[in-house]
Amino acid sequence: MMRPGFHDPVPEAQGCFRAMLDAMSRPGRVHTLDVALDAPPPLAPATAAVLLTLADAETSLHLMPDGAAAGDWVRFHCGSAPASLPEASFVLSLGIHPPLSALRQGSEEAPEQGATLICQVRSLTEGEGWRLAGPGIRDFHHLRVEGLAADFLQQWAAQRPAFPRGVDIILCAGRQLAALPRTVTIEEG
Amino acid sequence: MAYVAVKGGEAAIANAHGWMAERRRGDPEVPALSTRQVEEQLGLAVDRVMAEGACHDRGLAALAIKQAQGDLIEAAFLLRAYRTTLPRFGHAAPLDTGAMRVQRRISAVFKDLPGGQLLGPTLDYTHRLLDFALAAEKEAPPEPAAEIPGDAAGRLPRVADFLVREGLMRREADSGQEPPDLTRDPPDFPASRAARLQNLARGDEGFLLSLGYSTQRGYGNNHPFVGEIRQGKVAVRFTPPELGFEIEIGAITVTECEMVNQFQGSKSEPAQFTSGYGLVLGRGERKAMSMALVDRALKAGELGEDRTAPAQDEEFVLMHSDNIEATGFVEHLKLPHYVDFQSELEVIRRMRSTAGTSATGSEA
Amino acid sequence: MSHDPGYNFAYLDEGTKRMIRRTLLKAVAIPGHQVPFGAREMPLPYGWGTGGIQVTASILGRDDTLKVIDQGADDTTNAVSIRRFFARVAGVRTTTRTAEATVIQTRHRIPEAPLREGQVIVYQVPMPEPLFRLEPRLAETRRMHALADYGLMHVKLYEDIARHGHVSTAYNYPVMVGGRYLMSPSPIPAFDNPKMDHMPALQLFGAGREKKIYAVPPYTSVRSLDFEDHPFRPHRADGTCAFCGARDSYLDEVVCDDQGSRMFICSDTDYCESRWEPEQ
Ligand SMILES: [Zn+2]
Repeated sequence: MMRPGFHDPVPEAQGCFRAMLDAMSRPGRVHTLDVALDAPPPLAPATAAVLLTLADAETSLHLMPDGAAAGDWVRFHCGSAPASLPEASFVLSLGIHPPLSALRQGSEEAPEQGATLICQVRSLTEGEGWRLAGPGIRDFHHLRVEGLAADFLQQWAAQRPAFPRGVDIILCAGRQLAALPRTVTIEEG
Repeated sequence: MAYVAVKGGEAAIANAHGWMAERRRGDPEVPALSTRQVEEQLGLAVDRVMAEGACHDRGLAALAIKQAQGDLIEAAFLLRAYRTTLPRFGHAAPLDTGAMRVQRRISAVFKDLPGGQLLGPTLDYTHRLLDFALAAEKEAPPEPAAEIPGDAAGRLPRVADFLVREGLMRREADSGQEPPDLTRDPPDFPASRAARLQNLARGDEGFLLSLGYSTQRGYGNNHPFVGEIRQGKVAVRFTPPELGFEIEIGAITVTECEMVNQFQGSKSEPAQFTSGYGLVLGRGERKAMSMALVDRALKAGELGEDRTAPAQDEEFVLMHSDNIEATGFVEHLKLPHYVDFQSELEVIRRMRSTAGTSATGSEA
Repeated sequence: MSHDPGYNFAYLDEGTKRMIRRTLLKAVAIPGHQVPFGAREMPLPYGWGTGGIQVTASILGRDDTLKVIDQGADDTTNAVSIRRFFARVAGVRTTTRTAEATVIQTRHRIPEAPLREGQVIVYQVPMPEPLFRLEPRLAETRRMHALADYGLMHVKLYEDIARHGHVSTAYNYPVMVGGRYLMSPSPIPAFDNPKMDHMPALQLFGAGREKKIYAVPPYTSVRSLDFEDHPFRPHRADGTCAFCGARDSYLDEVVCDDQGSRMFICSDTDYCESRWEPEQ
C-alpha cells in the first residue's frame, strides 16, 4: 500500500519550508522538522518532507538509482517530470551523491537554473567539523556531515570559481536538515 | 493635529467602501441592473472584458462590469484576479478556426472567394446617428436569422492558404515547440511568436489600436490589407487524462483577423506577401485587426527589416500591452510617497545650498 | 484567530506557494540576483505590493506575528489594507511592534529598531532593476548583471558628483550585494541603506508586476555605491521629532499651517511611540 504524504499538508509544508529557508539563509544550521511523516524506506522523514514541500508536476526530478525503492512514492506524491541528471532541477540522492559537476549549473544570465541536490546523509551535527563562512554566517558555522563523497570538499571548492553558476544542496538525515547554498566556503575543521 | 490625519486608516477605508457602494448603486428609485441585462445588452463590453481579463465566462464578465460600474479595465482586473484562483485541469487542443461556424466573414483582397463574403452583424455601414428610439426604451427590432455558409464539412478555406499555395506568401511554420504559458512563465526576450501572440491577445485594445495605427502612419509601415476577418463559434476540445481521447467541451465565439502585407524582400527573404495574425475572445474585431497589424510589425526582426518604430520593438510592446499591470503601476502613484519625497527635498535643498555657496566662491 | 474558510490559508494555492518557495530558496542562494517567477494576479492592483504579498503569503505560518508598514507607519491606508488582508486569509496575529513581529512587510522604510535573527523583512518592490533608468531593456540589463558590468551606474553617479557636488539619488540608492550583484534596495531612503549591511534578519524582496524575487541572507555585505573621494553619506532632515525628541530617526516633514510652518515627526511610528510611551 502507498504510504501517505503529509497529514496536514498546508501547515506541514509551510513549517518544512521555513526550516529550509532558514537553513539556506544560515548555512550549516541544523533544523529538526516537526512532522509526523511515515516515509517509505530508504527515505528519511526529512528527505520526504523536503520533496513534498518543493517538488511537483512543474518541476523536473532526477532520482539516483539508490532511491529506486522509494520511486513509486515520490512519483505518486510529487508527480515531477523525470529528467536526466544534467537537466533536472532537483536531484535526489540517498546513497553516495553524483559529482556536483554532473548536475545542471545554470547560466551566467540565469544562475537560478542551477540544480538543487537533495542529499540524504547518515548524520548532521552542528557546532563541530567543517568551518563554514559566507553570506548568512556572522563569523563561522561548524557542521559535521557523515555520508558525503570522500572528495566532497574538492568538488565543492571546484564549483566556487564559477559563481553565480553552481549547485545548492539540502542535506537531510533522519528528521534533520541543513543546507549548503553555492555561496558558502567550506574548510576542513 | 497633523499627525492625526494619517491615523484612522481602518475607518477611512471602511467609509470609502461604503461611499463607493452607494455610488455604484446610484439612485435607488431606478431599478437595479441585472447581470443578465449586462450580458445580453452590453455584449461587446462583456466581450472586451473577457478578452482582456483572459477568461471566457460571459456571466462573470457581466458581474465584473456591474461591480466595476462599467469601468472595463477594472472589470477585466476583477476577472483576472478571479481567474488565477481557478484550478487547472489541463490544456485544450489548439482551436481549429478553419472549422468555425462563422457569423461574419469578409475579405478585402478578393471580390469573391470560396465560401463567399458574409457581412454578418456589423456596424460598418450604419450611420452614426444617436437613435433616440432607444432612449425611449422601445423594443429592439428582431434580428434576421443568420445564414450558415461553409461546405459540407463546415470548413471554410482561408484566404492566406490560396496565396501560400501559389508561393506568393511566406508559409508560417509550426516551430513544434511547446508554447510557453505567460501566466506561469515570466517574460523572456527575444520572445517566441507563441508568447507574443498570447501577450497581444490579452493586451489592451486601446494600446494595440494606437500601435497598429502608428504603423499605418509610417512608424514601421507594413502595407497591410485585410486578407480575412472571420467571427463565429469554434469548438473547444480537450483530452481528459482519465478518458484518453478528445472530447468537445463547448464552443466559444472568437474573432480572427489575418492581414496580408506586401513585402519587398530583404537580404534574407525574397519579395512576397507576409502576414499578421490576430485572434480575440468574443466579438473584438477592432482589436483583432490591431493585433494583426502589431504582430506583423513585430516580425520585422525575423524578416530582416530595420527595427526603428515603437510597434516593431518587441520588448517595448510586450512589456506595456497589459492594461492591468499598467493601471496598477500608474495608479500606485496615488499611494503615499512622502518618505521618498522627504529624501528628495533634502537633496534639492542640499544642491541649492551647494550651488549658492559655490556661486559666492566660498567653496571651491 | 482562524482564517477565512473561503480561501486557502494565506490566499495562494499550494502550487503557487511551492513555485514561490522554490524561487525564494534560489534567491537566497544567489544574494542580490533577481530571480524571475510566475507572479500571479492578486486581488490588489499591481504596484500596490503584490510581490511583497505573494512572498509573505508563501512564508507565513500560523505561529507568525505579522507587522505591515508603509512609509514607516503601521496606520497608513495601504498598510492597513494589507494587514487586514492577511488577518482575514491567514488568521495570523498582527502587531505594530517591530520587536514582536516575526515577519515584517514593508513599503519604503526599514524600521529604526535593529532587526534580529529569526525575523524576516519582506520589501515591496516596484522596479527591481537597479539599472532601469539607464537601460530599460531587460534583455540588456540581464546581460550586464551576468557580466557584472556596472560601469554605466558608476558613470551616472560620477556625473552627478561632477555636476552637483554629490550624488542626486536620495532614495532607491543602488547597493552592491556580496560584492557581486548590483541591487535595488527598493525605494527606501538612502538613510536606511546602512541598515541592510550585515543585518541579522533575512531580507526578501518581491516585485509582482515585474515578476522578480530577490534576497539578501543575514550577515551579508550590502554596500551603497560610492567613490573613495566621495564616500556614501546617508542623510536625514536636520531636525528633532516633535513627539519623542529623537535626533537619530528618519523624519517626516509636516506642514502645519497656511504660513508653511513645518514640524518634524518620526516616520517610524512604532519607534516614536516606544520612546514616549514609558513616560506616560
Ligand atoms: Zn518620534
